[in-house]
Amino acid sequence: MNKMLLEVNNLKLYFRTKKGPVQAVDDVSFKLERGKTLAVVGESGCGKTSLSKAILRLLPRNIMEYSGEIILDGEDIMKYPEDRFRREIRWKKIAMVPQAAMNSLNPVLRILDQIIEPLLIHNRDMNRDQGLARVKEMFRIVGLPEDFLYRYPFELSGGMRQRATIAMALVTNPELVILDEPSSALDLLTQANLMNVLKRIKHEFGTTFILITHDIGTASELADEIAVMYAGEMVEKCHAEYFYTDARHPYSRKLMSSVPTLREDKELVFIPGQPPSLINPPTGCRFAERCDKRFAKCSEHPPTFDLEHDQQVQCWLYTDREEVKHA
Amino acid sequence: MPDLAVDMRETLQNAERVPVLKAVDLHTWFEIRKFGFFKAGDVRALDGVDFELYQGETVSIVGESGCGKSTLARTILGLHRPTKGKLFFNGKDMAEFTKEDMKAYRASVGYIQQDPYGALPPFMTVKKILEEPLLINGVTDKNERQKRIQSVLEEVKLSPIEDFLPKFPHMLSGGQQQRLVIARAMILQPKMLVADEPVSMLDASVRVEILQLLRSLQEKHNLVIIYITHDLSTVRYFSERIFTMYGARIVEKAATASLLANPLHPYTQALFKATSDPDAANLKTFKEVPTGEPPSLMNPPKGCRFHPRCAKIIKGKCDRFEPPEFHIGDDQSVFCWLYEDQGKQ
Repeated sequence: MNKMLLEVNNLKLYFRTKKGPVQAVDDVSFKLERGKTLAVVGESGCGKTSLSKAILRLLPRNIMEYSGEIILDGEDIMKYPEDRFRREIRWKKIAMVPQAAMNSLNPVLRILDQIIEPLLIHNRDMNRDQGLARVKEMFRIVGLPEDFLYRYPFELSGGMRQRATIAMALVTNPELVILDEPSSALDLLTQANLMNVLKRIKHEFGTTFILITHDIGTASELADEIAVMYAGEMVEKCHAEYFYTDARHPYSRKLMSSVPTLREDKELVFIPGQPPSLINPPTGCRFAERCDKRFAKCSEHPPTFDLEHDQQVQCWLYTDREEVKHA
Repeated sequence: MPDLAVDMRETLQNAERVPVLKAVDLHTWFEIRKFGFFKAGDVRALDGVDFELYQGETVSIVGESGCGKSTLARTILGLHRPTKGKLFFNGKDMAEFTKEDMKAYRASVGYIQQDPYGALPPFMTVKKILEEPLLINGVTDKNERQKRIQSVLEEVKLSPIEDFLPKFPHMLSGGQQQRLVIARAMILQPKMLVADEPVSMLDASVRVEILQLLRSLQEKHNLVIIYITHDLSTVRYFSERIFTMYGARIVEKAATASLLANPLHPYTQALFKATSDPDAANLKTFKEVPTGEPPSLMNPPKGCRFHPRCAKIIKGKCDRFEPPEFHIGDDQSVFCWLYEDQGKQ
């Protein structure tokens, strides 16, 4: 078994629009160890959700470019034809809890029928009774009473529906689960409850998560590593313990100083300006325009530099460090 | 001599301290009907709320969804008529307002909605959006209108102004839309702003920008701002006082510093524990969360509304008698039986 579960190299996802190509995910590379959680943070429109869709190959029709390598457990799944990807990868090895998941359940089907469906499709030899046992087990894990299986989605509260979608993502026992803003639509206490559930799943089953969020506070509940996205690019990736106190990219630092905290009294700073359009992004560093540390070199595109503690930063400030070359 | 000056100013201020807004035993209930005809009960969205707000103060109201905080906002705005209890604006009972009074009241209270895009008419330009309230409130002079639109856009920092005037809401970013909503709320020079989750739809970096803008407007115009939120971490930067709401009632009122240092009500404490600050230590611990769900407002529990979920419940008391308000220190009060011995009623 590979220690490294997921390796993404030079992933690109461009959409075709009337105004020109939108570079939603541009040359993103990262690695993720088995059993760890990577939180992808960034402002809205920075390509977080596009990244998750690119990994699961859930693509709209107006694709212009979709390239790079996605290596799951040693195999490049980008090379799989659609049919094989559907049979072997999607929901079998990689599952997803979509954004606003509580509204993504089918309102006219009972919860059970929806959760059991991926299980029966992916395991042809499983009969319904075995499936039911498995679904019941999942319900116990996410902390829902069994009789809720026979209810319709509208009979459940928002937090319970969210748990049901998490049960649905976990039911096929996937190796990687992508959580797209799992808790942002929920109330504070429900959110804390949900993070407890996810944490327990992570500890008990060693599931690997990619957590997409803009809330760094909640991300810190689950994340072993943090990746920061800005305008379609991954500008920094590092271990969570260093990120909160010692982020390196100027954007990550500003992002951290704009997070209000309850326990610590700090002065909040906002980032002036707006992220660049992804249709014709600047050729140099995409953050340069809003950055107070920019210098002449920033008009060229920065490479990724390797820093201590396994920290990777795409910024010219760290020219003295070693450059990272991706395969 | 300087002491005398201070003294005089203080006496003056004390004399002036008529609350801008005062609520006495405010109830807003919504009737539920069966088959559209028979009365099936009431949803008690607001069930006995008292408070006083003074000129130039910001009050945060925190609580989960369904605790009645938006109903409180809408009742203050005059969109719901209170079922019971009274609201006083500058000492005048709102139930006795004439039509003209109500119009004047609405002009002096600005409303900032949660979703800026949903709050802006998509077919009107920025100029029209800002001009409409002026026209309705009888600013007939075109130049005067122009001038006020200019100055309010400057205040919310939407510049260059000429670029923005002909734009439609969809051409603005989320932060700009929210600033336009604020500009619209400010254009009639209100005394009070009601902001219902003004930043929850925005990105973290923009969030801070909007909160700082509201703060600066408040300081400049000495406004009362009622800031409704479920996000405890923003209140520290924004308000003088915090009200915690649970189950259609206020359960704790306190000055921001006292509340942050020492939350008293078990529900406020639970909210505190559930809020995560970015910290690597979070990874290793589980959150303490009270079990259960918020109460049904059609059939609220007897006694304290939080007792079915409370870990510190006093059996035989919390589940039978409603807790009165206990004052702890100078600037904090709590509706909880745990503080019966410490506080004065």
